[in-house]
Amino acid sequence: MILHQFRYDQKAFWRNPASVFFTVAFPVVLLLIFATVFDGQTIEVDGGVEITAYYVPAIITLAVISATMQSLAMSLVIAREDGRLKRGRGTPMPAWVFIAGRVGNSIVTALMMLALIAVLGRVLYGVAIPWDELPAILITLVIGAAAFSCLGIALTAAIPTQDAAAPIVNALLLPLYFLSGIFIPDDELPSGVIEFANHFPIRDFFQAFFNAYLPGGDSGLDWGNLTVVMIWGVAGLLLAIRFFRWTPRSG
Amino acid sequence: MSELVISIRGLRKSYGETEAVRGIDLEVNRGEVFAFLGPNGAGKTTTVEILEGYRKRSGGEVSVLGEDPERAGREWRGRIGIVLQSCRLDPYLTARESLSLYAGYYANPRPVDEVIELVGLEGKADERTGKLSGGQQRRLDVGMALVGDPELLFLDEPTTGFDPAARRQAWETIAGLRDLGKTVFLTTHYMDEAQRLADRVAILAGGRVVARGAPEELGDRDNQPTVITYRGPEGEVSLTTTTPVETLNELTGRALAEGFALEGLEVKRPSLEDVYLELTDRNNGAVEQGVPLP
Repeated sequence: MILHQFRYDQKAFWRNPASVFFTVAFPVVLLLIFATVFDGQTIEVDGGVEITAYYVPAIITLAVISATMQSLAMSLVIAREDGRLKRGRGTPMPAWVFIAGRVGNSIVTALMMLALIAVLGRVLYGVAIPWDELPAILITLVIGAAAFSCLGIALTAAIPTQDAAAPIVNALLLPLYFLSGIFIPDDELPSGVIEFANHFPIRDFFQAFFNAYLPGGDSGLDWGNLTVVMIWGVAGLLLAIRFFRWTPRSG
Repeated sequence: MSELVISIRGLRKSYGETEAVRGIDLEVNRGEVFAFLGPNGAGKTTTVEILEGYRKRSGGEVSVLGEDPERAGREWRGRIGIVLQSCRLDPYLTARESLSLYAGYYANPRPVDEVIELVGLEGKADERTGKLSGGQQRRLDVGMALVGDPELLFLDEPTTGFDPAARRQAWETIAGLRDLGKTVFLTTHYMDEAQRLADRVAILAGGRVVARGAPEELGDRDNQPTVITYRGPEGEVSLTTTTPVETLNELTGRALAEGFALEGLEVKRPSLEDVYLELTDRNNGAVEQGVPLP
């Protein structure tokens, strides 16, 4: 039944121009812009890396959060206010199947974005795909995707209407992308900013993913940052269980 | 042949200080179309959502298909179909895909093509639902509730906001449900809708049932006096009679004998609308205290 739900969620997702744009096209465009603008620079991180080698994992981090937290928060609020969640609750389908279908959809999309950005980085900018680190990369990505899915579902409780969904989600995520070093490299951000961003899970997930993606290093799985991400995820899950609602807030 | 599908005893529901439902008793038999008629804010949606298991009641007893909706599980949900008052469909799926998605939720769904035919969407099955007209979407809503092949169907204001043509089409679809042997619980604030579709009607005002019965018997309409009006030699005349056949015979006999015309002759029985307005007006005080439904 989960597979059944997942298939239709995928169909609806790929036919929705807004979700395809924000989740797929937006990260690709950002990668092209940043890699072009800052081409040739080196970043003073981990003993110096090429700017493009920095942006590939950075943009994958963004794409994962976009495919999970952002996409879920928006689509669930829209479905809730349409009355579609309420209608679903009137059928024999268990609630967890519905949620599992949506989260599955998000995680699969995140994995596809990993492949897409990694291949683009390799083809356009010669950023090696770190095959040796693949297990660490996949584990990190799935933990992050699951945690940000929970946070996205929890966030729906704070969004009152369909119109408010995009502004609230973007107002929350865009500044944190900047402050966490995803748009502007670490070494160009004042330390106070990084300090501040360290309070939020985007920074932790980015660091964990960056360390997993960096080739050759002995970093692999960064359990320190991953634990923080997981704690946020569990907190999101608890909030979601407590505050998620199936019936429209308006009307 | 009078198996009870819905039975309600002393149902109450309050939101804070306000009582939206103030003690309702109702019974619905298998295979009948039952209409719950009342103005906005009368407590219709609150009641139907209690029956559907969406809301908890404050008091009274409710049994739907032999179970308490508050405690009923998945198996029970598979036996009912729900058409919500306002609900959109996923605009990026086609009508057929939406139905197939829901068919997958039920143990013994009705074939999707059959449902498409039942709700008259043959030509539109592969259109995205976002491209369907309001009336077509509503018929698809009914289809979504039918795809699990339920015994009992709830329709909450199925034609509110429709143009006359769309209403007529929706009515045909609903009338077709009776032929399938479904029990239908319908809420509406249109008298003609109740009159056209329902076997029995209960009129709700201010959270109470103020009248019930077959549409033609409501408010003792059968035994209400008939009003005959006409213009004769003596000017405008209005007669009230409980024996209209005799009165008319006498009147036309006199007109023929005396050679005057019965201009503008009208014979009027109170319509369901008259009864409805009279009943809900009488209870208006209660209506105004009612809470707007969330």
